[in-house]
Amino acid sequence: MPRFGMVIDTRKCVGCQDCVVACQTENDVPHGYCRDWIATEVRGSFPSLSMEIRSERCNHCDNPPCVSCCPTGASHVESFGRTVQVTANKCIGCKACIAACPYDARYVHPKGYIDKCTFCLHRVKEGKDPACVSVCPTHCMYFGDLDDPKSRVSELLRTRKWHALLPDAGTRPRVFYLT
Amino acid sequence: MLETTTTRHNPLVDPHLSVWGWEIPIYLFFGGMVAGMMILGGLAMLRMLRGEDPRRYFSLQAPLLGFVLINLGMVALFLDLSHKLYVWRVFLTFQVASPMSWGSWLLLIVYAALLLSALVRLPDAWPWLGRQLPVFQRVSDTLLARPARVKAIAWSNIVLGAGLGIYTGILLNTMVARPLWNSAILGPLFLVSGLSAGAAMLHLASVLRGQRPAPAGMVGGAWSAIVQPLGPAWPEKGAADGLVRSDQAFLVIELVLIGLLIANLYTSSASHAAAAGLLMGGPYTGVFWGVVVGLGLVLPFVLQSLELGRRIPHTVVPALLVLAGGYALRWVMVNAGQVSEVAPAMAGGY
Repeated sequence: MPRFGMVIDTRKCVGCQDCVVACQTENDVPHGYCRDWIATEVRGSFPSLSMEIRSERCNHCDNPPCVSCCPTGASHVESFGRTVQVTANKCIGCKACIAACPYDARYVHPKGYIDKCTFCLHRVKEGKDPACVSVCPTHCMYFGDLDDPKSRVSELLRTRKWHALLPDAGTRPRVFYLT
Repeated sequence: MLETTTTRHNPLVDPHLSVWGWEIPIYLFFGGMVAGMMILGGLAMLRMLRGEDPRRYFSLQAPLLGFVLINLGMVALFLDLSHKLYVWRVFLTFQVASPMSWGSWLLLIVYAALLLSALVRLPDAWPWLGRQLPVFQRVSDTLLARPARVKAIAWSNIVLGAGLGIYTGILLNTMVARPLWNSAILGPLFLVSGLSAGAAMLHLASVLRGQRPAPAGMVGGAWSAIVQPLGPAWPEKGAADGLVRSDQAFLVIELVLIGLLIANLYTSSASHAAAAGLLMGGPYTGVFWGVVVGLGLVLPFVLQSLELGRRIPHTVVPALLVLAGGYALRWVMVNAGQVSEVAPAMAGGY
């Protein structure tokens, strides 16, 4: 069984937000909300500054606090790809998962249930890439099986320097940023 | 320097988390207060079994009042849910890792314990109901027939009360994403704060009813059963003093636990120290030190000390202050906790 993850090359990302728009279109994300977004991080002091542009989303963590806190099992780890998903008709809207997520990747859908990035599992099941990955004009995003040593994502993580977000939170995120 | 900008704009999440408004602090407050009342009520039952005059312990019928108050808390919790029609899903499963799942099932048992405890003296406290539904009288007689049964109910109140009180803290404590909540002290702090609020509520309830005899009618009798847990007799002065003395101890323990919480946060990671900063110079400093500690702990402690020393007359002011402080504590912790966040790495790594 695969363990899906995403690798994003911050040296290629220009922050164009094509991934954001593609996600909103593909997943019918309500107006005013987003499942993925662009973060721009500037470090240092003038004139020695460095900037990193990242496309961020749910990290589909290996140790997801949103799943362990859910009182109904609506937030769960899907067996296919071990991604973190929400079953809308099990969700009571207690918002514990939103409070538990250190990445603030979830939101309350206007219909009441909690929503977030699904890694476009419906597309992945058809053998396609997630919408954000498929539209990226700089091809900075890669999606695949982290447990397959021959996959492109595994290869990139072996050969390039990378970091993940908030490693101290202990969530073991599965979205990696190449630097 | 580290500066991050984001295009994310999700309501209730940005610019900082604010998914929990007034409802959750109300729920935690009432839950904690009922937990305290269950413990005090259970202890009163044990003392009654030892042959002491039950009128001395006007927390004996705390379950009736607790039942009303826990329902208010549950209404607040229900109002907070954004997908309300699916609330029944909680009781189709038990999620062992979820404190909220534990809490939901615990609350069901608490409801059962409160109702059973209320039945112990319901016919005495609410004569109208006893006359209309003799089954209540029979249940009460059955429960009182054997001390072991009352003892079991008393202990179930104490154990469940402790569980409920700690749960209200643990619920927040387990969320690693909000450093202000990541202290195991939060459970005991909310438990002791609940005991303090429970004692204050029982004090208020005994005063509200006054010294009039319990009305025999439906509405008057019900009100009397709730706000004067002893029934027709007015609790003697010593009993009120006993409750105030207990509250003094709770207030001191609460102050110590707040000190330990701050120390615990400051001696943990940078994220935790930054979270403590929200209460120590940050935006929640005024309400925390002014309302929670000043008005809710220190002032009632001073006033109650003077009352016990017979320097000033007994009033309901300290009890009201304790209740306001108890709610303010939950309000500050829930709101400041949502603002606190795990800090990104400042250097190294990439």
